[in-house]
This record gives sequence, C-alpha cells and structure tokens, in this order.
Amino acid sequence: MRVLVCIKRVPAPGGKVLITEDGTDIDTRHLGFTIGPHEECAVEEAVQLVAEHGGHVTVLTAGPPEAEEQLRYALSMGANAGVLVEHGAHDPQATATALTETIRTLESEDGNFDLILFGNESADVGNYQVGIRVACALERPVVGGIKGIDVADESTHVLLHRENADGVEVYQAPLPAVAAVKEGLNLPRYPSIQGRLRAKKAPLRTVQPKTAPGGLRTVQLRQPPEKQHETVVLGYGADAADSVVDLLTEKGVV
Amino acid sequence: MLLVLVEDDSGAVSGGSQEALTLAHGLATDLNVPVHAAAFGTRGEFAATLGAYGVSTLHLLEGPFADAYSPECWGAALAELVRHIGAIGVIAAASEWGNEVLAHASARTGEAFASNCVTVDAGQQWSLTRVRGGGMLLEDAELAGAVKFVSLTPGAVEPAELPIPQQITTDSFVPESTDTLVHSTIVDRKSRGAGVALSTARVVVSGGRGVGSAEGFESLEELAELLGGAVGCSRVATNSGWRPHSDQVGLTGTKIAADLYIACGISGATQHWVGCMGAKSILAINTDPEAPLVTRADYAVIGDVHQVLPAILERARARKQVQGVA
Repeated sequence: MRVLVCIKRVPAPGGKVLITEDGTDIDTRHLGFTIGPHEECAVEEAVQLVAEHGGHVTVLTAGPPEAEEQLRYALSMGANAGVLVEHGAHDPQATATALTETIRTLESEDGNFDLILFGNESADVGNYQVGIRVACALERPVVGGIKGIDVADESTHVLLHRENADGVEVYQAPLPAVAAVKEGLNLPRYPSIQGRLRAKKAPLRTVQPKTAPGGLRTVQLRQPPEKQHETVVLGYGADAADSVVDLLTEKGVV
Repeated sequence: MLLVLVEDDSGAVSGGSQEALTLAHGLATDLNVPVHAAAFGTRGEFAATLGAYGVSTLHLLEGPFADAYSPECWGAALAELVRHIGAIGVIAAASEWGNEVLAHASARTGEAFASNCVTVDAGQQWSLTRVRGGGMLLEDAELAGAVKFVSLTPGAVEPAELPIPQQITTDSFVPESTDTLVHSTIVDRKSRGAGVALSTARVVVSGGRGVGSAEGFESLEELAELLGGAVGCSRVATNSGWRPHSDQVGLTGTKIAADLYIACGISGATQHWVGCMGAKSILAINTDPEAPLVTRADYAVIGDVHQVLPAILERARARKQVQGVA
C-alpha cells in the first residue's frame, strides 16, 4: 500500500515560549525543532503498516527550507521518499491548498495514496483543520483523533480507532482514506545509525505551489498572563501527611 | 443570523454549548441579527433550554445519516444548512466533536475557521483571541469571509440565560449532500465501563518520573480510589511504559478540569502544564522545591512520593474511618 504522511516542523517545547519583536510569530532563534508528537507517531505507523502489508511511505511537509531536517528524520525512521512544500504561512486554508495541490501532482504521477496520515492538530498553531480540509478537497473520508489503525489484508478499507470520554469508537472507512492521528497510536522508534546515514544522502523533492491567503489572519501573539500566587508548602516528607489530609477534607474529597 | 451547533451531553445541551450560546447571543445583539441553533437527530427537547439562551429557531438535522456519527456526513449536513438559511457565523464549543464538525463544515463551504477562541468581537471582520499550544500562547487574529466559523474554548465564557426566554420554533432540515458522500461509518463503540473518566474526574492523582516504575503507581491508584478520582500521568510515565497513553495529562494527552490535581513526582514541563492548568487547585508532591509544577502549584509537599503517599493514605483512611463511625 502507498502511504503519505504529512508532518510539521515545530519548535521543541521548552520553558517559556518567546515571541518575535513584531509580535506575529514564535521567536525560534534559540530553539531547537522537532516533528510534532502526533506526526512522529504517524510516521511510525506508516512505516509499520508498510512493513506488514508491503508498499511505500512518502513523507511530506509544508514549511521553510529548514524543514528538510524533519523530512530527513522521518526518512531515518524508515520512510522511503520526502517532499518539501515550500510554504511559509501558518494560514490553515492556504496550507491545505498547498498540500492538496502537491498531493494531486504526486498522485497524477504514481497513482493514489491508499492512506494519508496527518497529526490531529499541529503542536504550535493547533488549527484542528488542515487534514480535514485536504480530505474534503480530495473527496476522501477522514476521521480525527485516531489512536489505532487496522488495514484489512485486501486493502479495501481501514478500521480507525479513537477514544472519547465514554470509551472507544471504531470507524470503518473505504480506501483511499485520510486519518488525523494522535500521540499514543504507538511508541515511535529511535532511528538507527544506518537509517540516519541513509536519510542524510536521500534526495528530496521540493515544490512551490501557489496559494491565496485564507480568511484567518494572525495579528499578534501574546503571552498569557501568569497567575500571580504563592505556593503554600504543606510540609516536608511523610510529616506533611496530616496537613494534606486536612486539605483533602477542606476540599470535600475525603 | 448566527447559528450555534449544539452538542448533546447525555440528552441535554452540553455545558460547552451553553457557553457558545451565551457568546452568540452577545455577538448577535451587536450585529442586530437573530440566533438560530442546529442539532442532529430528534432533539426537540433542547428547545426550552435554547429559548432560555435567546435562540429563535432550532433546526433539527435529520435523515438516515443522523442516527450514527459520521464526521463527513455531519459536517456536510451542517454546511448545507448554513447555505440554506444564510448564516453569517457558526459557533460551537471547542470540544473534539465541535472542532471536528466545524472543520468539515468550513472546508465544505470554503470559509475560514478559527478554533479554540476565548474572546470574539463581531464586525465586518471578527476580531478574536484564540489559544495556541493548549494555552502556551494567545493569538489575536482577524477572521474574514461570508460565513465565519468559530469554536469557543471551554470555560472562556460564563453561561447566562436571558431574564425572559425567547419564543422558539423548531423545524427539521433533511440534507441531500449526505446521500452521495464517501464517508466513514461507526462500526463499534466500547464503553469504558467502571472507573472515572480522566477528562471529567473531580480529583486526579497523577504521577511522573518521580514515581519510578509501573508498580510505583499502585499507591496512586489506591489514593485515587479513596478520593473517588482518576489516575493520570506525565509523558515520561507513558513513554517509559508505566501507564497507558490514555492516562496521559498534557498537550498531546488529556486536558483535565478537576477540582483538585495531585501531581506526584512530576516536574511540570510546558507540555504537561497545559494539560493540568485547568484544575481549580493543584497539590504538587516533589523532592525538588524549584520544579516548575511546585512553583505553579497552590499547595506543595517537598518530599519523595514513596514516603509521602503511604503516609497520606494511612491518615486519610483513618480520617474516613472516624467519619464513618461518627
């Protein structure tokens, strides 16, 4: 089966997030970057699915030229080909258009992807919609929040599992399909040395699709106000137990 | 008019939807337009509650598709209703369901969607603030387009009924686009059965690196059971294989809204903090008095969870026994 994974280069979470001087983006000069946690699981899942059913994994990202780093990381995990969509904006409609156009080009050359995986939402912007917009444009089924994927051997449909507050739901979708996955789907592997060496030299394809801006425009980013408060230290070690139980009683939970 | 997508919570209008209705009423007053509501299936019993929030018309989306949730069909149905009634704005609670259905509907109408908003001001464009990275940053943004889709972060607006309820009419809308749509179908649903759900638990007892092992969580489970709460954990505990991922509190796990969060041996990186900052109060138990979660907590015990927890369990059980006798 042919699997496409769409990943995003995001700032590695650290302590406080700094904002650029013009106030419109995250100041990344002192930050490292990583693949979003949901998407890292998507890459792992794709590599496992292809190991089981045979096929090919393509990994794609829309971002700055530096996102090559994340594509190569996905290749080192076992993906077979990488595509960089040069596209700077976080605008979810424009991003979805850029991805859709690129996917159409790739599919016109080599046939449809049976499964396209997205992260449920990006770790930095969290618009909760790019994967769904792409799926709608391609007229394919899509379910979000996925934490389990089973492909039937005949590869005609896929079972998609997700959790909600009440339990687990299982969806069946005909292939080709799209799934937006969440961390917890699997435990992503640590790339091997051989994988890293292979990924370092692998050729990447770069495309520059034209897009029009969508209707959501960032004006500025702000730090949320930090709640000013004192931490009440109830005590040290086992001696604090009485004070803790007093607190539990006061909160009405004992 | 503005349209509010109403979420069903065990047969009632969900709390998040009541917040969305309150926001919509304020925006509609500024724009001088009525508020309509949309619900899936036969939800006529919602009418009284919706009238109290100022809704003048309830549209029930009906048809074979409405019996079982299919994100594609429900999104397409909502998009069709939006076009049919000429809504200029669509508002829902930013639950997983609300965000999913609005993403589908906005994609199908070709309009923009601002998810996880905390404030919205209506005008030609809508000026809004949304939360990013689960609350690490706030984004001020402008939303343009013929139909504006917005989801509202839970807890951002205090729900308020009108002093005099609005007269409400109910009609049904049967969409056509759902007949031919390629879509997923729900084929199985497993209830979690016994146990308290992490996202709605009043008390969450959570463990991280300091718990040290899968066995170390036994005392957390005992305390959670004693307090009628749920057990949570940090990303370290999940990635070490001590707990299932469904227990993870954090940006990529569950965001909790407990009255009390007891964090045992969790340092509290940003990824974890955004999952637990919705708790009303936080008690951190940690050997490190400078750990971020200790400095952000309301209460702290400085010490090793392996010594502190058994002592708390012993005292709490004794207290409970005394209360039982009294």
